[in-house]
Amino acid sequence: MKPATDTIRVLIRRGDAHSGRICVYRAPRRENQTVLDVVTWIQRELAPDLAYRFSCRVGMCGTCAMMVGGAPRWTCRTHVKTVLRRGQLELAPLRSLPIIKDLACDMSEFFAKWRRAEGRFHSSPERSGRAQPPVKILPSTPARREADAAIECINCAVCYSACDVVAWNRDYLGPAALNRAWSLQNDARDSAHARRLRAVSAGGGCQHCHSQHSCESFCPVGLSPARSIAGLKRALARGALGIRPHSPPHA
Amino acid sequence: MMLSPKWFLAQRLSALLLAPMVIAHLLGIIYAAQGGLDAAEILARTRGNFFLAVFYECFVVATALHASIGLRVVGVEWLRLRGRALDWLGALSAFALFALGSYAVFAVTAG
Repeated sequence: MKPATDTIRVLIRRGDAHSGRICVYRAPRRENQTVLDVVTWIQRELAPDLAYRFSCRVGMCGTCAMMVGGAPRWTCRTHVKTVLRRGQLELAPLRSLPIIKDLACDMSEFFAKWRRAEGRFHSSPERSGRAQPPVKILPSTPARREADAAIECINCAVCYSACDVVAWNRDYLGPAALNRAWSLQNDARDSAHARRLRAVSAGGGCQHCHSQHSCESFCPVGLSPARSIAGLKRALARGALGIRPHSPPHA
Repeated sequence: MMLSPKWFLAQRLSALLLAPMVIAHLLGIIYAAQGGLDAAEILARTRGNFFLAVFYECFVVATALHASIGLRVVGVEWLRLRGRALDWLGALSAFALFALGSYAVFAVTAG
């Protein structure tokens, strides 16, 4: 790595949920560095008590998301040069999630909503068991394509933090949970479609989405939770009109 | 519940009705304005017109339904209203829109 010849001014919101302050640090500027590199350097060299969260560092685990210059981003894949404004970097914990300390948020609420939206896969009793042959799933079927389009979510909560409806209405399930629900609604192997549709139509359900598409704009892996939510709204409308929901063909 | 599936559907269906009605309403305004009609001449054509009365009363009902459901959402998201306060906001706004709109329809088409 080239030695640093310049520095970056880094402003970090530190403190807990009740009291916070902006701390200013100077970190070396390098040709190739991510925001997470900068946070790690500050924690190792200047502020050993700085709390933040990371794991894989390669954009797979979804743990290092935080607000960078007012926008939610995955910091391990965000290059400093793309977000630096007048030599300055502003960092804060993710919006709409309770702060534990400094840049670390409490993700309990996020995952509780994921469960509330029936984000768990429910295997079909008649198809489960080692004695049963594997179900044939053709990747080309429309339902499977819908499921695949939504399945790569890494649960980084960037979409949750970007969503204004989440910020306004604490009951709202949020884009990640609803995106997961849509993926499972299109999975022919899952057996809880009716139950899940009730879960995502209850209080704080998919009908509260304003289709602002912030989730889609900020999703680091290029998913469109807004599109998934639109699918759930269609399913909800069909259900409310008494139209039988289509069961996805699996072969 | 702030927006039950039935309210959600009612808002979507009323929007479906309102979209062509707004276009028809705007086309009517443009047609009347382009023709150079003044208020008295317009009233002479609208009074006693049963079709216009039904059209605009449907417009009023759809607007009262659509807007009051939307205002419930605004009440939750911006004013943090819940429970009975929310129901009052929805009911009062729906009644006000329906009453004012129906009064206007009556004034323009009756006679």
